[in-house]
Amino acid sequence: MKDISCTLAIVGSGPGGYVCALRAGQLGLDVVIVEARKIGGTCLNVGCIPSKALIHAADEFEKVAEMAAGRGPLGIAVGMPTIDLKKAMAWKDAIVGRLTGGVATLLKRGKVKVVSGTARFRDGKTLEVETETGRQVIRAEAIVIATGSEPVALPALPFGGRVISSTQALALDRAPEKLVVVGAGYIGLELGMAYAKLGSAVTLVEAEPRILPLYDAELTRPVVKRLSALGMTTLTGARAIGLSGKGDAMLVEKADRSELRLEADRILVTVGRRPVLEGWGREELVLDMDGRFLRIDEHCRTSMRGIYAIGDVTGEPMLAHRAMAQGEMVAEIVAGRRRSWDKRAIPAVCFTDPEIVTAGLSPEAAARDGREVKVGVFPFSANGRAMTKLGEDGFVRVVARADNHLLLGVQAVGRDVSELAAAFGLALEMGACLEDIAGTIHAHPTLGEAFQEAALRALGHALHV
Amino acid sequence: MAEFVIKLPDVGEGVAEAELVEWLVKVGDLVREDAILAAVMTDKATVEIPSPVDGAVSWLGASVGDFVAVGAPLVRLDVGGVAVGPAAETPLPEPAPPPEPPPRRAAPEPPPQAPSHAAGAPRLEGERPLASPAVRQRAREAGVDLRQVAGSGPAGRIAQADLDAFFAQGRAQSERAPGLQRRHEIEDVKLVGMRRRIAEKMALAKSRIPHITYVEEVDVTALEDLRAALNKGKRADQPRLTLLPFLMRAMVRALDEQPALNALFDDDAGIIHRHGGVHIGVATQTPAGLVVPVVRHAEARDLWDCARELDRLAQAARSGAASRDELTGSTITISSLGAMGGVATTPIINHPEVAVVGVNKIMMRPSWDGAGFVPRKMMNLSSSFDHRVIDGWDAAVFVQRIKALLEAPAMIFMGV
Repeated sequence: MKDISCTLAIVGSGPGGYVCALRAGQLGLDVVIVEARKIGGTCLNVGCIPSKALIHAADEFEKVAEMAAGRGPLGIAVGMPTIDLKKAMAWKDAIVGRLTGGVATLLKRGKVKVVSGTARFRDGKTLEVETETGRQVIRAEAIVIATGSEPVALPALPFGGRVISSTQALALDRAPEKLVVVGAGYIGLELGMAYAKLGSAVTLVEAEPRILPLYDAELTRPVVKRLSALGMTTLTGARAIGLSGKGDAMLVEKADRSELRLEADRILVTVGRRPVLEGWGREELVLDMDGRFLRIDEHCRTSMRGIYAIGDVTGEPMLAHRAMAQGEMVAEIVAGRRRSWDKRAIPAVCFTDPEIVTAGLSPEAAARDGREVKVGVFPFSANGRAMTKLGEDGFVRVVARADNHLLLGVQAVGRDVSELAAAFGLALEMGACLEDIAGTIHAHPTLGEAFQEAALRALGHALHV
Repeated sequence: MAEFVIKLPDVGEGVAEAELVEWLVKVGDLVREDAILAAVMTDKATVEIPSPVDGAVSWLGASVGDFVAVGAPLVRLDVGGVAVGPAAETPLPEPAPPPEPPPRRAAPEPPPQAPSHAAGAPRLEGERPLASPAVRQRAREAGVDLRQVAGSGPAGRIAQADLDAFFAQGRAQSERAPGLQRRHEIEDVKLVGMRRRIAEKMALAKSRIPHITYVEEVDVTALEDLRAALNKGKRADQPRLTLLPFLMRAMVRALDEQPALNALFDDDAGIIHRHGGVHIGVATQTPAGLVVPVVRHAEARDLWDCARELDRLAQAARSGAASRDELTGSTITISSLGAMGGVATTPIINHPEVAVVGVNKIMMRPSWDGAGFVPRKMMNLSSSFDHRVIDGWDAAVFVQRIKALLEAPAMIFMGV
């Protein structure tokens, strides 16, 4: 096979890699992207997008089920619903197909060459790709490592049989009767709540003393409330020991050291993700590490000249939009533009029920920086739109510097608050002060008014509470 | 919760107030009995204020740089029901919602206080420049470090117009040299503690006293020979002699003839207190700043005694252990920069004294002996006098007398 020579080669076509390729194509660079599995990476195929499709299907089903049970206040009466999960999964797969197909089209239109196969570094300038038709050598002036991350397995519960990862959880053809979720981080909660709504009896097993341990207790309280309303069981401070002898149950050591047997037809392990560092020849390059991640500088450069890294291999937060921004930046740097990582905020969303959004610093983190801060909280129970959506639980919280009122962070929990992430991120990135947010007309009646009111409250003159 | 109020204790005889120079705790801190809460400073000495009880700090009564009256409340502690343990030390994660403003009917609410970072204020060191992504990108493409650009917006935000202004200013002035950067940061350092004392003292002396400074050179060749011989033959229990003890003894001799110079001038009352005792202050550089330990009754001390006392005081001053008494009460002062001494200085009188003798560096200089140039060890004395009460003539006589004594050092020790 004839060797390829190009300006930029990208290993991995997840959101980081494909955005990097698209932008580089726009800038007229000669780009090759290598993908071992499917275009779109974790995000499009087995992550963000399919999980949101499943969550939506579960939400709709649960709404109708509530109405059928006569529990809704809207007066709608329907018969008990059923769900054909195979069909819902097919719908989900169609969305994934459209999006990944769309990315492939965009890459093609951007004159990006896609090579399918597993890439391996031969040296800092050369990749070898095992394709279906043989070995392809790619020589590039710059190479971007965008290999992403994969679910972490527990030694006591290796994947296989009843023990599944988030990937398999997005491809079940019926809701398990009894589902145990090990790890109550955002992935475990999103999927666990979805299956609880689809009818599974769900038990959460979390080693930390509370669910979503990376978020403050105030933010997670509405989610905890909803968990119990959905009939989910939560075991915190508990450790998964392993499968029972017959393999049809999981053994758990509870917080009080007593042992518990949890019957389960599926055990979903969501205890985190780890960077993909093996299988692409990292050992040939001797790249500096930063903990378990590749070390990068503010230009996403690794310790080796001409080699960049973006996305989940470079550290927390492992979020698609961070990888996309890094990918775009690296493409521009390779094209000779002056760019540097100077983002102020990377918003993060938990698509739990209700949803959680965080952007910038929490009150605790801001205080740890030694700053005096002002905090303003506005509850959705005082927001008209939230009432009409049956989503009164939750709040928006702003954190600002006490001296000049510069916004440092925004957090929110509530129904559909994920869409507010845009406003929060924009305010932080533009360097808004409390007065800027308080002085912006927010359309009525919308959930966004709570953002304005929280800013007013931090300034000491909220109107609607 | 029970409250315990810690008041500023009596920190020294005749001291009515003290300056707060350092807080070692903040509101919310848990303190144990005997933990140091704060440091206050009286005229010269720094005193640490310990906590007499266990408790949680609920209120601090002053800011660094404030003067606190003796007996005034300094710290309030919550002492009831405080669990002093690791669990209680972490702050509760839930921030309390801001208290609602009390209802007002009679008067409308005053306009809110403007944020303290006024627009256009210089950015404090270490602060990240605040700018929108568009401004950041434009700056980066132009190779401008935004830390150099003043922001006119709220919280110091840099707008496109600020960048325009920066570029215009850059064109007007000369380009910076390659590899060099203009710096625009300004660091604000609050004047507290000893530095403030020194500043006040210097300003007082310089504004009240019309100084006359008289510089004369002294041939110290013979004195240096004598000093070397004495140091060589000294007993183990005797201190190493520097030039200062000789100068002190010479000053004592000169002051015997001119008591008007060993005086404190109370200019408010219009009285000159002429002191019989010669208490010589020696300006000493310490890590914390300039202090003036005092060798008391130099008239009653011999050379070795002067040297020993000087050593002891200098060590105490540098380690911060000098007492208030050892740092006050001088009637005349010596200012010496030692090896850094330079050719001449214009020393400032230690108010309310009337004279200060400045010692410059000893240097080998050519000297005309009538037939040819010979190398001599020469040292300048730069001395200042309060010209309100000391005439230039008397000042010159004083310095000439010291010069004569130092040039023929045997005279220092003879009853001539």
